[in-house]
Amino acid sequence: MSEAMDFKVIGTRPIRPDGVDKVTGRASFGADFSLPGMLEGAVLRSPHAHARIKSIKTDAALAAPGVKAVVTGADFPQVAAGAIEGGEGGGDFADLAGNVIARGKVRYHGHAVAAVAAQSRAQALAALALIEVEYEPLPAVLSLDAALAESAPLIDEGLMTSGLPEPATAPSNLASVIEMGNGDLEAGFAEAALIIERRYQTPTVHQGYIEPHACVGRWGQDDQAMLWCCTQGAFDVRSMTAKVLGQPVGSLKVIPSEIGGGFGGKTTVYLEPLALQLSKKSGRPVRMVMTREEVFRATGPASAATIDLRMGFSQDGKITAAEATMAYEAGAFPGSPVGPGTMCVFAPYRIANFRIKGMDVLVNKPKAAAYRAPGAPQALFATESAMDEAAEKLGIDPIELRLRNAVEEGDSAIYGPKFGPIGLRACLEAAAAHPHYTKAKDAGVGRGVAVGFWFNVGLQSSAEVHINEDGTVTVIEGNPDIGGSRASMALMAAETLGVPYESVRVVVADTETAGFSNVTGGSRVTFATGMAVVEASKDIIAQCCSRAASLWSTDEDMVEWRDGAVHPRPGVNVEATPLSLKDLAGQAGRMGGPLLGKASLNARGAGPGFSVNLCDALVDQETGQVQVKAFTAIQDAGKAIHPSYVEGQLQGGAVQGIGWALNEEYVYSPEGVMENAGFLDYRIPVASDLPMIDTQIIEVPNPGHPYGVRGVGETPIVAPLAAVANAVSASAGVRMTELPLSPPRVLEALDQA
Amino acid sequence: MAKVHVPFDLRHLAEGAAVLELRGSCYRSLMAVLRDRYPALEAALVRDKAFVLDGEILDSPLLEAVAPDSEIHFLPRLGGG
Repeated sequence: MSEAMDFKVIGTRPIRPDGVDKVTGRASFGADFSLPGMLEGAVLRSPHAHARIKSIKTDAALAAPGVKAVVTGADFPQVAAGAIEGGEGGGDFADLAGNVIARGKVRYHGHAVAAVAAQSRAQALAALALIEVEYEPLPAVLSLDAALAESAPLIDEGLMTSGLPEPATAPSNLASVIEMGNGDLEAGFAEAALIIERRYQTPTVHQGYIEPHACVGRWGQDDQAMLWCCTQGAFDVRSMTAKVLGQPVGSLKVIPSEIGGGFGGKTTVYLEPLALQLSKKSGRPVRMVMTREEVFRATGPASAATIDLRMGFSQDGKITAAEATMAYEAGAFPGSPVGPGTMCVFAPYRIANFRIKGMDVLVNKPKAAAYRAPGAPQALFATESAMDEAAEKLGIDPIELRLRNAVEEGDSAIYGPKFGPIGLRACLEAAAAHPHYTKAKDAGVGRGVAVGFWFNVGLQSSAEVHINEDGTVTVIEGNPDIGGSRASMALMAAETLGVPYESVRVVVADTETAGFSNVTGGSRVTFATGMAVVEASKDIIAQCCSRAASLWSTDEDMVEWRDGAVHPRPGVNVEATPLSLKDLAGQAGRMGGPLLGKASLNARGAGPGFSVNLCDALVDQETGQVQVKAFTAIQDAGKAIHPSYVEGQLQGGAVQGIGWALNEEYVYSPEGVMENAGFLDYRIPVASDLPMIDTQIIEVPNPGHPYGVRGVGETPIVAPLAAVANAVSASAGVRMTELPLSPPRVLEALDQA
Repeated sequence: MAKVHVPFDLRHLAEGAAVLELRGSCYRSLMAVLRDRYPALEAALVRDKAFVLDGEILDSPLLEAVAPDSEIHFLPRLGGG
């Protein structure tokens, strides 16, 4: 894109199109849909973290009042192993199916064992109590160390480690190993004047979306099925559910509802195949809604991680060598985000000598799911903590230390490719000049700095642009709007077509109406689906120019699109009044038919996102409680299409990262039962816990997008963990290396200091 | 010839080579050459890694042309939330 683009509507802050529906309660979420004759479904979940299922008896439940159907694992086909397509690194279909409903073995407390559909939820719940399951309990594996111990109980007796130099000869809980490296590690450490070597640990945390998983499934007598559900990707729900049920993809229509948060956690399926199988058996539509407790016990958390880090620095602060051994919990099935973690851990810096080892490890916890920038927050918590400690020990300003090592355009990322234009240096310079950083700290307050990074991705997207007969515009897309994408799509369509934002309406359509689009995730929608919307709008412009040229009896290259209308090119001798979109739409029926533009693409040119966060924190030396006194999030957005939404992403990511740093964790009993499965005991930050999160958008345009867009949804959660921990460490006077920094942990550190 | 950077953890499948210089005008011909020389490496790359051509991660490389001076990397597949 040109850096000197003169935008008319992009970069403005119009009212969000979904705002009125959401504040008035008219918006329909996953649980808000109903159909005539609909049954209510409920799930029987494992009371054990690890056990063999010896038998399941459902007769009594099936005979209970109001019950119309019961399903167990035996009602589902065996699904062959195979990678889940869709570009989300989403794992394996067989594991997905095994997670939806247990077969032979339960792998975590809360694993689905059976499901019931009845005329009321009370009847369904009562029937669950009548299902008799005989278990043979097995020892639970609840930590990385326990899982990797030589004598560890096996969660999957057939799991052979992949990624080893020689094929594994015996099963283990280590699903895969990934290694990266370059240069001469030991020579790099030999050069170092300072070596920081520590173990950093982060807990299992949940995405914490407010809306629980919910769906309605209806199986037709013609084997055509419909699902209404809250999801980040209707097409992914379609392919996953079809695979779990052994049905053709084309037999299933998925209608995405409004979504009350996802953050990566709604990129897979849990209830959807159960609802459809219950519907098939009962002949009635079935609604299923998780309780909050079920959300915690059975849906994807983010991986706990242990990272052993060693970084060497010269006296002037240059990184001479770096080494990381990273173990991530996958939960009960393979598929933690340790791969991206290994690529992120040193991504912000130029490092000639490094070695990284990543391990994907099974434990008896729910199967890990994506959570904003999967794998990156854990990784950069370690690196950015070490950078902070190095700055302190070397007597170098922490931003200056990062500037001395920061990657720039043309540098090779540690994972291989060269960076194009990136905004890390601009973010660091903005942070150094920010009033938050230049003002004096209050007494006792610690100040932390940290860098964040995420790749951002492209993937497949489709869009249609329909011009209505009065010149208003309808955009049809297939990506559920979780972060303001309807407003962004409308702005990009309006900018391209030269029409007012208010004349564009964006519809998130179902899988039979919209063209295929990958999931809303990976910070890809404003970038990739936006690109499709721009292309579809350009398709409209081409059609308008063609029609106007015909009308004026001239060639197409004699006309141009300007300010929302077709004009004769300057100097072209044509007697013509410019034809606006409204003019052409009004005559469309007499000029070849409706104006409909479309585009489908696999987007290339995604631009990585960097951020810098500043945090001021005060530790109560008597109680260990931490108060976040000030927080600033600075991030390169490429181009902020709707700045308020970008600021919202920065603020939301900061708040989730602060929660991850300070309070959030799964607390397990020795038997593997989560003991804090509710928002009273699993404490996410609320407004009264937080200062106003200040934001600053940096715009280093991404040349891979027509308007310079990078993704912005994920990078914001990466830096806060270390920014908070560094501030707390400074305030407490002791280096904190294990999250969360809850009062007991901080007190313990203070006592030991 | 295009430079193919062999992922660190798969170099044992390429006799320890960090970089291979391969002749191929497109993704398909390049991978065919790789398959002939190091079949286990080619299989692992196709199964487990994302294809990166001249710095760009390509989700659908099947129809991609490769220039004589192209640099190719293979990365762990990316997810996203």
